[in-house]
Amino acid sequence: MIKTLSRHLRESFRSLGRNTWMTFASISAVTVTLILVGVFLVIMLNLNNMASNAEKEVEVKVLIDLTANQKQQDELKAEIEKIPEISDVKYSSKDDELKALIKSFGENGQSMGLVDQENPLNDAFIVKTTDPHDTPKVAKKLENLKGTYKVTYGKEEVSRLFNVVGVARNVGIALIIGLLFTAMFLISNTIKITIFARRKEIEIMKLVGATNWFIRWPFFIEGLLLGVFGSIIPIAVLLGTYQYAVGWVAPRVQGSFISMLPYNPFVYQVSLVLLLIGAIIGVWGSLTSIRKFLKV
Amino acid sequence: MIEMKEVYKIYPNGVKAINGINVSIHPGEFVYVVGPSGAGKSTFIKMMYREEKPTKGKILINNKDLGSMKEKEIPYVRREIGVVFQDFKLLPSLTVFENVAFALEVIGEQPSIIKKKVLEVLDLVQLKHKARQFPDQLSGGEQQRVSIARSIVNHPEVVIADEPTGNLDPDTSWEIMKTLEEINNRGTTVVMATHNKEIVNSMKKRVIAIEDGMIVRDEARGEYGIYD
Repeated sequence: MIKTLSRHLRESFRSLGRNTWMTFASISAVTVTLILVGVFLVIMLNLNNMASNAEKEVEVKVLIDLTANQKQQDELKAEIEKIPEISDVKYSSKDDELKALIKSFGENGQSMGLVDQENPLNDAFIVKTTDPHDTPKVAKKLENLKGTYKVTYGKEEVSRLFNVVGVARNVGIALIIGLLFTAMFLISNTIKITIFARRKEIEIMKLVGATNWFIRWPFFIEGLLLGVFGSIIPIAVLLGTYQYAVGWVAPRVQGSFISMLPYNPFVYQVSLVLLLIGAIIGVWGSLTSIRKFLKV
Repeated sequence: MIEMKEVYKIYPNGVKAINGINVSIHPGEFVYVVGPSGAGKSTFIKMMYREEKPTKGKILINNKDLGSMKEKEIPYVRREIGVVFQDFKLLPSLTVFENVAFALEVIGEQPSIIKKKVLEVLDLVQLKHKARQFPDQLSGGEQQRVSIARSIVNHPEVVIADEPTGNLDPDTSWEIMKTLEEINNRGTTVVMATHNKEIVNSMKKRVIAIEDGMIVRDEARGEYGIYD
């Protein structure tokens, strides 16, 4: 078994060496593809991460009816806490609300002089959900509770963010699939050329009773090697540059909910994914090109 | 033992190459297959080592039916059949020894056994002294003997030869016939398609004549007949 494996390996390297240019072309194609795949992956995964961070920040604000007395407020709070999707309920008085509002206006808020007038805001409960996707559903339930004046949450912002991430993801996936097919096609062509060069050998192998897998192995390994070699540079690029990307982005977005995924283990996971993608397109490309040569 | 029962072969383009053949070839026989070009000789031969699959009927080799056999089993049947071609089909980049050894390597034989078996058959075809040479350094007859050595190195029960002397001059052809006869004398069945009238007529072996995809003559000590 080890004997035949070393034979297959030898055969694979020999034919890669024999077709230097095609080997170079397919490895380059895989390299370029995987670099782009890597960049998209890094961006998409980070966007996803940001989106889910943002989701966690989403709060639902239940404005309490102005006519509600203390007892009714307590009842409302109890009712809210009964909703299973809710993880946290906090009371915020209308004075707190006003302060927060003024703060959000910054300098202008002070000059509006709202503080001097009668506070027009409502007391509120600030509610967080366990799963941000449940937010709209929870908001609807809250609206129907007695003592609720109005329910508000960052509907617009969240859905806009989801849209951006969604579009980026779809565009990225479409591009990646296109690139993967190109790389696979090049690999399958390289293998096809090596198969052509060895057609006589394959014919004799079949006549003397070599099994299909015995014939297939060297080409299989060849494709695998093309894919794996092609993934080396993209992985090196990723490992070498990600921390600089983090270093560049981090100070520019300080204080917001945006934060990049940490180097470890993120880059190693992406590296593994790139290696796997390389190996898969290599093997896939080689298997598609051998298939028709092995028909009896 | 080779047996064909009601075998038909129709190619996808509609050509009817074989139209109902029944024949049995017994172990140890030497059989010539003759007939005009395009009569179905080649198809007949190719079906015996499952290069072509019969459209209908049974082809039994050692009681295994090549027609209904699964693709996966074909390699193992081929190990019991040696095939020799008109154009030798040797690999130019390999030496004589390596060419013969190739047949054993690709079925996963042990290196020590490979060496022993290869030297044995090279001795049989009297080419031991040229083991390290490459095919293009040999004469046509010697190349054909290498290919015969390769076909028998795995000790098959049947050797199928498709026009093995087709590319060779008369003297060399006799050389090849002597080698095939030697193999036959050791108990291996030999089936040989040929156009060589002199050889068929002087050897006095069983002759199967094929015309229009049918066996028109099957004689125990036959003659070539009158073909081109």
